[in-house]
Amino acid sequence: MTITPSQSAHPEPKRSAPQPSKTTGLLRLATAGSVDDGKSTLVGRLLVDSKSVLRDQLAAVEQVSLDRGLTHADLALLTDGLRAEREQGITIDVAYRYFATPRRSFILADCPGHVQYTRNTVTGASTADVVVLLVDARHGVVEQTRRHLAVAALLKVPHVVVAVNKIDLVDFSADVYDAIVAELGTAGAELRVTDLRALPTCALEGDNVVHRSSRTPFYRGPALLELLETIPADTTSADGAFRLPVQLVIRPQGAAADGLSDYRGYAGRVAAGSVRVGDEVVVLPSRRRSRVAAIDLADTALTEARAGQSVTLRLADDIDIMRGDLLASAADPPALRRELAARVAWLSERPTRPGDRVLVKHGTRTVQAIITAVDGVLNLDDLTAAPARALALNDIGTIRLRLSEPLPVADYARSRSDGAFLLVDPFDGWTLAAGMVRLDGQRASAPLAA
Amino acid sequence: MTTATDSITSVTTTPADHLDALESEAIGIIREVVAECRRPVLLFSGGKDSVVILHLARKAFWPAPLPFPLLHVDTGHNFPEVLAYRDETVAATGARLLVARVQDYIDDGRLRERADGTRNPLQTRPLLDAIQSERFDGVIGGARRDEERSRAKERIVSLRDEFGQWDPRNQRPELWRLLNLRHCPGEHLRVFPLSDWTELDVWRYIEREDIALPSLYYAHRREVFSRDGMWLAVTPVTRPREGEKVTTRTVRYRTVGDMSCTGAVDSTAASNHEIAVEVAASTLTERGATRADDRLSESAMEDRKREGYF
Repeated sequence: MTITPSQSAHPEPKRSAPQPSKTTGLLRLATAGSVDDGKSTLVGRLLVDSKSVLRDQLAAVEQVSLDRGLTHADLALLTDGLRAEREQGITIDVAYRYFATPRRSFILADCPGHVQYTRNTVTGASTADVVVLLVDARHGVVEQTRRHLAVAALLKVPHVVVAVNKIDLVDFSADVYDAIVAELGTAGAELRVTDLRALPTCALEGDNVVHRSSRTPFYRGPALLELLETIPADTTSADGAFRLPVQLVIRPQGAAADGLSDYRGYAGRVAAGSVRVGDEVVVLPSRRRSRVAAIDLADTALTEARAGQSVTLRLADDIDIMRGDLLASAADPPALRRELAARVAWLSERPTRPGDRVLVKHGTRTVQAIITAVDGVLNLDDLTAAPARALALNDIGTIRLRLSEPLPVADYARSRSDGAFLLVDPFDGWTLAAGMVRLDGQRASAPLAA
Repeated sequence: MTTATDSITSVTTTPADHLDALESEAIGIIREVVAECRRPVLLFSGGKDSVVILHLARKAFWPAPLPFPLLHVDTGHNFPEVLAYRDETVAATGARLLVARVQDYIDDGRLRERADGTRNPLQTRPLLDAIQSERFDGVIGGARRDEERSRAKERIVSLRDEFGQWDPRNQRPELWRLLNLRHCPGEHLRVFPLSDWTELDVWRYIEREDIALPSLYYAHRREVFSRDGMWLAVTPVTRPREGEKVTTRTVRYRTVGDMSCTGAVDSTAASNHEIAVEVAASTLTERGATRADDRLSESAMEDRKREGYF
């Protein structure tokens, strides 16, 4: 048994050379969609047709498919790595896949579709530049489609690509495709999804996955992989004001400190913006100010550090700084707040209600907090906010928090790094919720993306 | 054991910023473990992934010394070149090395040799014992998600109970770059800073940083015989059976695990650069090509991980 590359079945239409684009080297994408929409098959097809699956992996999949009496290799087996997944034919947890084309490297989070695993979609989407949302052409937009679109909107994923899959099972109908795209367009607009695109696919046979299909003449756009190669990666974190949550203070001590007894560096990863030697910075929450005297990447001295880089900063003044502090641009620091309103995706089976004590992890700082109010929950049928007294697993709602110590925050819509936090159970350390700060969030009925 | 020449990803196509991003992410993760765990430890075997993590850790805390010891679980069937490299490296870095020996467990009857002779699954017990007796709560390892499909399911931070068990259905969500490293007494965390690296990324990084590795990673002449489609070296624990012909070939190793289950590949790649080029063109995964223990069953790795294996 062999897998037929879709190329031979559907010759690639002639087209003009790809437009040069300013793509970065690495794109993070996450899949989403309802169960049985064919997410794992789509991912498998993407890997096989882009020649990212090695011979022994493919041979293993072919063998298992043969053992099960299948007539074609089940590509979902490439990504369903757990025994229970293969036995039940469903995806339980996020699987990460790595592939590359000459234009770009990809990190793909293949997320499960079951309602009970929505938290994994939140996990995959929180770092994604692109969410690839699958819709079964036969079933159209279902609750999970709305839920996952809402998650992408909530997390401000910059791009959403909808693959209307199994288009072969509706006879490649342009009408069916158009109706689904229209309905998604309405939902996307309500949710204020910034960039929503769609294309028809048949993942099983490879139509419009890596190669453009001749069986969907009503669609004139690029195949999925071409789209992913050219879509811009998120650059907002590099554009924002400088932020560096301090992870550790590095002070060589003892015998090893020979000649280094004066070394005092603040180690951390630049969360947003950039910083240069000589820049004025402010330490939060103490509000003390200093200037950057040096930027070290191990024994290499840098003149500038940008978002994403792990560095060690030395400052001109000897001031008290510890783990959990934030070094920020003195010209544009975030506000310190003890009361927060936030949108949360509730990820735990333990529900929450007002009065609950939790931990808030923001940057490298963890503070105690009390949930003072649950303001509402998002109704995923019509995407409106409804009153609620508690939040349960997979709910997306709005809460208010009182913090034991002030945190430097900004609206999540403005800054992922200033606006994102975790809610953690103080008893066992479990992650309860993904939190997104809303500084204008007193209006519980405000639209999701406001 | 041939390496095809049709290139999937050529070495030059991935921009340097990709490696910089992976390096920064890994350094950030290692620093978080040290900041939030009471007793961190780095699993160090002398294999390329743990060598890269050691290199990253030294960068993470420079100019301060490494703030944690190294732990090696020695199967007793390690290649002598790897043990020599391990000891030289530990001496050069001034790190403290702890060794947990499978052989000790076999000698006093706590573990029994398996019928197939492979000792990889036997590492779990000494590892868990060392974690418990040394009270380690943050165990940093070099596992990558591209190695094997159950690995592909593992989070960067994996919470383990006192039995070391991994429950893939009940993993903590990982959101943004906010790692949650909280744990209760008796629990420990396994942390994988190279989660998002591929084998090729590791080799390109080794080339870029000019990191020296154990000699058996580089092409050399060795007496080998063919079994299950792999070249096994003639060693005290792997001897040819009847009908298995010994030849001397130019080979190298893609992984340096236990001698009993690690095979060599035909290769003339003798430098980090030549290896990176070869890995980029390979049509076999490193485990598929060279690790017999993962072929035992479709779920071999998952089953071992559930029991507390790395």
